[in-house]
Amino acid sequence: MTSVVLPGAGPDLPDGPGVAVAPGDAPEKRPSLLGVVVPPLLLSAAVVGVWYLFSYVILKPSRRFLLPPPQTVIHTSFLEWNNLHPLLQSLALTAKAAGLGLAISILLGFAIAVAMSQAKAIERSVFPWAVVVQTVPILALVPIIGFMFGYNFRSRVLVCVIIAIFPIITNTLFGLQSVEEGPHDLFTLQGVSRWTRLWKLQFPAALPNVFTGLRISAGLSVIGAIVGDFFFTQGQPGLGILINTYLNRLETPQMYGDVILSSLLGIFAFLMVGAVSKRVIGAWYDSARGRAA
Amino acid sequence: MALVQEATRRPVTASAGVSFEGVSKKFPDGTVALNPVTFEVESGEFVAVVGPSGCGKSTLLRLASGLTKASTGSIDVAPGKLGYVFQDATLLPWRTVRRNVELLAELRGVPKAEARAAASAAIATVGLNGFEDKYPRALSGGMKMRASLARALTTAPEVFLFDEPFGALDEITRERLNDELLRLFADRRFAALFITHSVAEAVFLSTRVLVMSGRPGRIVADIDVPFGYPRASELRYDPAFARIAGEVGAALREAHS
Ligand SMILES: Nc1ncnc2c1ncn2[C@@H]1O[C@H](COP(=O)(O)OP(=O)(O)OP(=O)(O)O)[C@@H](O)[C@H]1O
Ligand SMILES: [Mg+2]
Repeated sequence: MTSVVLPGAGPDLPDGPGVAVAPGDAPEKRPSLLGVVVPPLLLSAAVVGVWYLFSYVILKPSRRFLLPPPQTVIHTSFLEWNNLHPLLQSLALTAKAAGLGLAISILLGFAIAVAMSQAKAIERSVFPWAVVVQTVPILALVPIIGFMFGYNFRSRVLVCVIIAIFPIITNTLFGLQSVEEGPHDLFTLQGVSRWTRLWKLQFPAALPNVFTGLRISAGLSVIGAIVGDFFFTQGQPGLGILINTYLNRLETPQMYGDVILSSLLGIFAFLMVGAVSKRVIGAWYDSARGRAA
Repeated sequence: MALVQEATRRPVTASAGVSFEGVSKKFPDGTVALNPVTFEVESGEFVAVVGPSGCGKSTLLRLASGLTKASTGSIDVAPGKLGYVFQDATLLPWRTVRRNVELLAELRGVPKAEARAAASAAIATVGLNGFEDKYPRALSGGMKMRASLARALTTAPEVFLFDEPFGALDEITRERLNDELLRLFADRRFAALFITHSVAEAVFLSTRVLVMSGRPGRIVADIDVPFGYPRASELRYDPAFARIAGEVGAALREAHS
């Protein structure tokens, strides 16, 4: 007898490299270290390769300052203390604004979502404003905020909140409202208060959505901190103002160093949210597949 | 060997567990889910309900539990604890099996130690020992249903509503849980209203089988099952059992047409 392998037989969702296997799952297809490390390294190498290509082949030597090669950027920005020092100071300031902005967005966004989930009237009156805040171009708002509140740290945080709060509100609200009828009935039969229902049913059920929102907002908050800073152009300089400064002085290696630090900050925020998410809901929620079961 | 024993019906003076009097249900969208039905489930009685899909069986239970209000008629349910096993397991995915089974006690403010003890007992009853610390995602469909049953058991209900709890299970597991359920029933003598699609299950479990017509449902047959408890698994292969199952099946076929 010949054995026939039907097309489509076998696992329907092959775990790609980098898909985390939750502890306790059968280690059928634990991605090998090689599979996890090699592809991202290859892509990074390709990016650096293209960078070199631009710096040395495409740009004439007279115009090489537009994109100095990687080693120049790293040497000038990160290995010379005189240059590194202001960069690090700005990084700390920007990170602080982004972190504080994100924290406020979480608390405020969560409170707003809970209020909206409790009464349709609140949802209907608040939601349009949330959309307005989200859609008004931040560039139009930044100067106004500067006029009204000054070009200080508080205003930078405010820009972060404006730009980062919307995904938290919408995702949390969606999560709170997406609990199915069955579990609701279960709680109704026990005669629970709305707070018990909120705290023991809706809130835990919403956590996966909350973290989805958080992942987006964490990146947005970093962007908000840098963009706000960039357009304020006054006050203690963060990474945004420094970009401007370096650009005006044609100090492109430092400018690229600044850009690299900015994206590292964004990556850090993203990874932090991922790590917290895994700790909090990883045991019961499979975020790679977007479901609990 | 006589498997057929004399019927153990409750004396007429028994308090009603559940009583429906001319109860009908029309949903706001105009769907008539239930034509007026009248029946009683005395405490200590196990009433099974069979009927075509969509005839209003789940609606019947939602009415009995108060989750839905009746359009006409009156419903009386014995005061005291109500158990409800839903058609789906409705486990909370963020709670382990143990914490899921403890949920109802927790929501009712039962002291923690007491809740834990009740949960452990219920988990043992449904045979889920060793899975206490697993999350629902690690359970099979049948195990989820057993966890759901265990959760309902912790409340020691006096009126017990079952909405096709074993519909998704394989035959063997189903029979095992049927035996388990009857042991509990023999022990605690609650009033049970049990929905099922399986004629054999209905007859094996119950003291009475109600047969419902297609939507909008009404009760077209009320068939006594004169076997006492406890019931042995072999009862399923007894000629007397087959005769009653045949009767229920015939009424059901008629209801379908
Ligand atoms: N909330 C609702 N609004 C409108 N119609 C409904 C509602 N709930 C149920 N129905 C309708 O009422 C009828 C009876 O529904 P019910 O769930 O009680 O059926 P059932 O007998 O339990 O079916 P099944 O055996 O498939 O579970 C169905 O036709 C259904 O479409
Ligand atoms: Mg149903």
